[in-house]
Amino acid sequence: MLRYLIPLVIFIALAVFLAIGLTRDPHELKSVLINKPAPAFSLPQLKAADKTISNDDMRGKVWLLNVWASWCVACRDEHPWLIKYAQSGVVPIYGLNYKDRREDAIAWLEELGDPYTVSAVDFDGRVAIDYGVYGAPETYVIDKAGMIRLKHVGPVTPDVWSEKILPVVQELNRQGAAK
Amino acid sequence: MSRLRFIAIILICLPASVVMAQVQEEEVPSDDPVIEQRLANLSKELRCLQCQNQTLADSPAGLAADLRREIRVQMKAGKSDQQIVAFLTQRYGDFILYRPRVTFTTYLLWFGPFVLLLGGLYVLFTYIKQRRDQIAEKPLSADEHRRAEELLASKETT
Repeated sequence: MLRYLIPLVIFIALAVFLAIGLTRDPHELKSVLINKPAPAFSLPQLKAADKTISNDDMRGKVWLLNVWASWCVACRDEHPWLIKYAQSGVVPIYGLNYKDRREDAIAWLEELGDPYTVSAVDFDGRVAIDYGVYGAPETYVIDKAGMIRLKHVGPVTPDVWSEKILPVVQELNRQGAAK
Repeated sequence: MSRLRFIAIILICLPASVVMAQVQEEEVPSDDPVIEQRLANLSKELRCLQCQNQTLADSPAGLAADLRREIRVQMKAGKSDQQIVAFLTQRYGDFILYRPRVTFTTYLLWFGPFVLLLGGLYVLFTYIKQRRDQIAEKPLSADEHRRAEELLASKETT
């Protein structure tokens, strides 16, 4: 009897592992930067090229960093949602305009609306390397002390917002002033 | 007519494809052949995270070009290969390495095949040993000897 059961057990174990493998998205990589300080940057602003924006400017508040570009198709999908969430006033959204032409990016925001408090221009993608960006759109949740608490790869959909991002933002907002 | 239409379609699509493209500066190889050789060796060991089954050396993706540029800059600044690999894994994780590190989580990956091999050898040898015992000629016991003689004797009488 046992000799017939062993192949069955092996088969079931293999099937279970393969089934688990099918549910996982190989493009969703766990960021190594979670609970680490957000990499420093100081970049020109998109709409005011003579001004810069730095991660230190946001110290003391919870904020989102959204990596976007006018050439990025999925960014278009999430854009109306970002506008809605920015208007809700729960958390300010800052943009990292990734490898984009300034005029294209500004035209894109004029056409579709601008959810960003400020967008930083990462023309050559060097700051994106520091953040471990491997495909736009990506969204980071950064806390009052400047630590990365969450990273989401792919468009921010209502499900992602209500189940993943918003709970973390609310929890971080509840926590006291910056350490 | 159809050729004209084909050209028209291309002309219509052309501006769209230009608009969609990301800004990518042309890749400038280093003028130092040592750096280019080091880059060629190192980038074979690194994964492009945009197209995950290609190395950084093979990938045409924009991110891969950016990372190759960054590696050139760091090599020029005198960083060792280990320092550059550390720089990359601090940002992208061990996944960027084509050759996974030997850590607790990768023990199964590294040693699993050898465990399977040893298990297979064990099964093979026990099976062979069992077969040899089965087919070995055994001397007859006293009881079997007596029965055999009886059978032979009974055959002679008939």
